Amino acid sequence: MSKAMSMDFLRPMTWAEALAAKAADPEARPILGGTDVMVELNFDRSRPSALLDLTAIPELAEWELRDGVVRLGAGVPYSRIITELGDLLPGLAIASRTVGSPQIRNRATVGGNLGSASPAGDAHPALLAAGAEVEVESVRGVRIIAVDEFFLGPKRSALQPGELIRAIGIPVTGGPQQFSKIGTRNAMVIAVCSFGIALHPAQRRVGTGIGSAAPTPLRAHAAEEFLGAELDWDGPLDRAVANRFGELVAAAASPIDDVRGTAAYRRHALSVLARRTLTWSWEEYRCV
Amino acid sequence: MRVTFTVNGSQQTVDDVWEGESLLYVLRERCGLPGSKNACEQGECGSCTVYLDGSPVCACLVAAGQAEGRTVRTVEGLSDTGLDPVQEAFLDAGAVQCGFCTPGLIVQAHDLLERVPDPEDAEIREALAGNLCRCTGYEKILDAVRLAAARRTAK
Repeated sequence: MSKAMSMDFLRPMTWAEALAAKAADPEARPILGGTDVMVELNFDRSRPSALLDLTAIPELAEWELRDGVVRLGAGVPYSRIITELGDLLPGLAIASRTVGSPQIRNRATVGGNLGSASPAGDAHPALLAAGAEVEVESVRGVRIIAVDEFFLGPKRSALQPGELIRAIGIPVTGGPQQFSKIGTRNAMVIAVCSFGIALHPAQRRVGTGIGSAAPTPLRAHAAEEFLGAELDWDGPLDRAVANRFGELVAAAASPIDDVRGTAAYRRHALSVLARRTLTWSWEEYRCV
Repeated sequence: MRVTFTVNGSQQTVDDVWEGESLLYVLRERCGLPGSKNACEQGECGSCTVYLDGSPVCACLVAAGQAEGRTVRTVEGLSDTGLDPVQEAFLDAGAVQCGFCTPGLIVQAHDLLERVPDPEDAEIREALAGNLCRCTGYEKILDAVRLAAARRTAK
């Protein structure tokens, strides 16, 4: 083995060991399901000093419900979110169904999705719409980061050297949630653009999340404020309000032309997705 | 590094594994199990599908060290005696053309029928959505899964 091939494989058995290993080597690359990290290695796009395998730490693969918040371990695979959390976290569960393929969903995790911080990450719009928080930790302590402050740029996050993602706190709202994604087929698609919505009827508020149409996943703040003010929560959905909501969502994005689609198409598609997911959510809300 | 795991029922210890190599490489190049195929190396094609602790995964996306202490079952290990019914159904339905995608499809279809003995067509398509056949022989592949399901439920 040549020196250029040299790389460590670290396999902590406890969270404390993992934090110590990350502190000792901040360049060590965390790996859970491997669906992003292994592609980089297989194609020799990156050669970290070490792989920090977190799959042997039991609590990362667990979730718990406490005080109306699901604390989702960073290593819970999408297939388990679909089967175990569809009732509590409907938006994230719908988004989870669109991730890759069954084989990918058996491995890929929300923690890994956040760590990669791709603008196209399928979990991100649902997390933004639900108002999730990312629990990160290092040997220096725990930090809680609102998910809409977590993404700093394409594949750049607010994680600081030595920090690992421990869990994601996602409020259980009980309100309707939806997610929709544009792609060339149902499976194995990196989103051309995507959109998540969460109605919070108790607070008369709406949460949104835009994917794959800006340098980072982001909320459509003006659209959220508009809907919060204009929605008649006791009546049918006003078509003009839904259309304006779509326009405001599209206006919040700053998409680019790339191999998957043009900026103009992404903006148009986003306005359609926003109107559509609002309509679906409203139908569910009014039928409850 | 050394990796010890159970593959197709027997414990294997493999030495001199490079820290960045995949479980697929270990299976094919170090364990003499070339059934799982190496094609896209990015989880797109499903040709390397194996069971890892009972769940089908793309072996190309599992780091070798992540298999430490775990249980792997490849297409070679689906049956102790002859062919598994899913393999027989692929032969009988003419679902094998060039054959490169076949092992991954068989493992994935095997998992589907373990979970859903009598799947609807939509469930078969969903289950096989991550397995690409470049001969585009999907109709015969669907026939094979239907045939395997019918034979299983008839037993």
